[in-house]
Amino acid sequence: MFIVLTLVFIIVRLAPGDPATLILGPDATPEQAIQLRENMGFNRPIMIQYVDFISSVAQGDLGSSIFFNQPVLSVLAERAEPSILLTLFSLGIAISIALPFGIASAYYRGTLLDQSSLTTAMLVASIPSFWTGLILQQYLGTELGWFPVSGYGEPGASFGQRAYHLLLPSLVLGIVNSALILRFTRASMLDVLTEDYVRTARSKGLSEVNVVLRQAFKNTLIPLATVIGLTFALLISGAVVTERVFNLPGIGSLVVGSVLRRDYPMIQGTLILVSGVYVLVNFLIDMIYLWIDPRVKY
Amino acid sequence: MSDISKNLDQVNLWQVLIQRRSVLFGVIVLLIISFFAIFAPWISSVDPGAIAVRSRLLPPGAEYWLGTDELGRDIFTRLIYAGRVSLTVGIGVAIISSIVGIIMGLVSGFFKRLDAPISRIIDAMMAFPDILLAISLVAVLGGSVVNVIIALSIVYAPRVARIVRASTLVIRELPYVEAARALSVGTPTILFSHILRNIMSPIIVQATFIFAYSMLSEAGLSFLGVGVDPSTPTWGTMISNGRQYIDVASWMIMCPGVAITLCVLSLQIAGDGLRDALDPKIAKNL
Repeated sequence: MFIVLTLVFIIVRLAPGDPATLILGPDATPEQAIQLRENMGFNRPIMIQYVDFISSVAQGDLGSSIFFNQPVLSVLAERAEPSILLTLFSLGIAISIALPFGIASAYYRGTLLDQSSLTTAMLVASIPSFWTGLILQQYLGTELGWFPVSGYGEPGASFGQRAYHLLLPSLVLGIVNSALILRFTRASMLDVLTEDYVRTARSKGLSEVNVVLRQAFKNTLIPLATVIGLTFALLISGAVVTERVFNLPGIGSLVVGSVLRRDYPMIQGTLILVSGVYVLVNFLIDMIYLWIDPRVKY
Repeated sequence: MSDISKNLDQVNLWQVLIQRRSVLFGVIVLLIISFFAIFAPWISSVDPGAIAVRSRLLPPGAEYWLGTDELGRDIFTRLIYAGRVSLTVGIGVAIISSIVGIIMGLVSGFFKRLDAPISRIIDAMMAFPDILLAISLVAVLGGSVVNVIIALSIVYAPRVARIVRASTLVIRELPYVEAARALSVGTPTILFSHILRNIMSPIIVQATFIFAYSMLSEAGLSFLGVGVDPSTPTWGTMISNGRQYIDVASWMIMCPGVAITLCVLSLQIAGDGLRDALDPKIAKNL
């Protein structure tokens, strides 16, 4: 995480030219630029800036947004809910599409079902999510009226209302990201189905459902946990674009807005927070390994 | 390992192409799209930015094959010019991220002392979600084709580095590397002609996928308005522009969307086929 912070520090300071002029735009007076440099600490030596940066992040201070004039952390907290829910809902949708098809695909290997789910998975992974989003938004939202087209409900809308607004975006993101999980489920099921213990279970006369779901599937959980961790990262990336398509007031929209407004502290804070969450999720997945397979030791 | 380290020249690429029809399909589609992109100025005599307000939002027809957009610009022309940007970004990112990734991976896999620091940097870089890192880098560097290529190469290089490092760790211990060392062959020669040559297959497969992903990411960045300069036609900006007219001129977003999908799909098919041919062990299941 320390290296992550260092990288964020370097990335944000890669900007060519004077940061104060970049932030204020071409119309700023030299006095304003001097004032801003003073406030933001840009005029101090780079190493001092670095030490200050690390120590304030360690104290939970991500600086203040230039545009919102508020601490970065509180702006992020306000926007976190739609992003977190969108990621979780889409992960749920992706898993519930990928697991049954992945298992069935491995079980009926080489059949039409297997071929068509693999082909569909590859096709789905090749379509840009924002394009699928726009098309579904038009047909399922505007024309058929099944889903709200955009936004996150009126201010003060109930949780149900807000969740309803997330349904279509989550569906889009979930479908797009189910491909990777499907392929991994299929691959690890194929490995497991030829194992001796599966043959033993069959010879003992256990039902096929029992053999496939209880004996075989359980043993694919470790690679699946890994790929779900990977999908999580893809979902965060996908959410940035999907939030823009559906006008959701989440962290994705926030970061794109901050880029267009050149709000560097906001970009920096978002990068730190999101990569922190990603590191945390990977840590949790490592913990889940321990729970799935007691033989795993760290 | 012997399967993965199979040398490229041991596999007849033509045979792979002919035997697998899906790979052939992928390669042909890619060639057609590249042909249109490369020869865009000769294929269409129209300027991709030429505005003709009288013929705005015309559906596909004889005069305008794929219709016109909100400013009366010919969508077919814009589509093939946009293909140039997408393909340039894809190829550029695939090449640069492979070169950087190969150097990082070889150094960290071969020199034990440098392994820990380089691996930590690779891990840290992979903690950033692709698009988020790319957006931030483009924000900092400024929006241009070259900067988008640099940003996406920084995003994807760690992936190549990881694969190269893992393969180098295995190959480093093989008897022929030891033999080369015993014959006092120089380290650069060992690195490049003994190790790199034998791990080219997984790198080429990964480069094909990076080509595909970076085209998708570039489209995403352009769609968000944080990619290449908006005046340059790209598939992402075309979709972004067409968004407002989706109910009256759906061809505005359909054409670029289909183009991106076809390109990415054929690259993925080609990548899968290459992997099947080069790494039969993995190919068994995936």
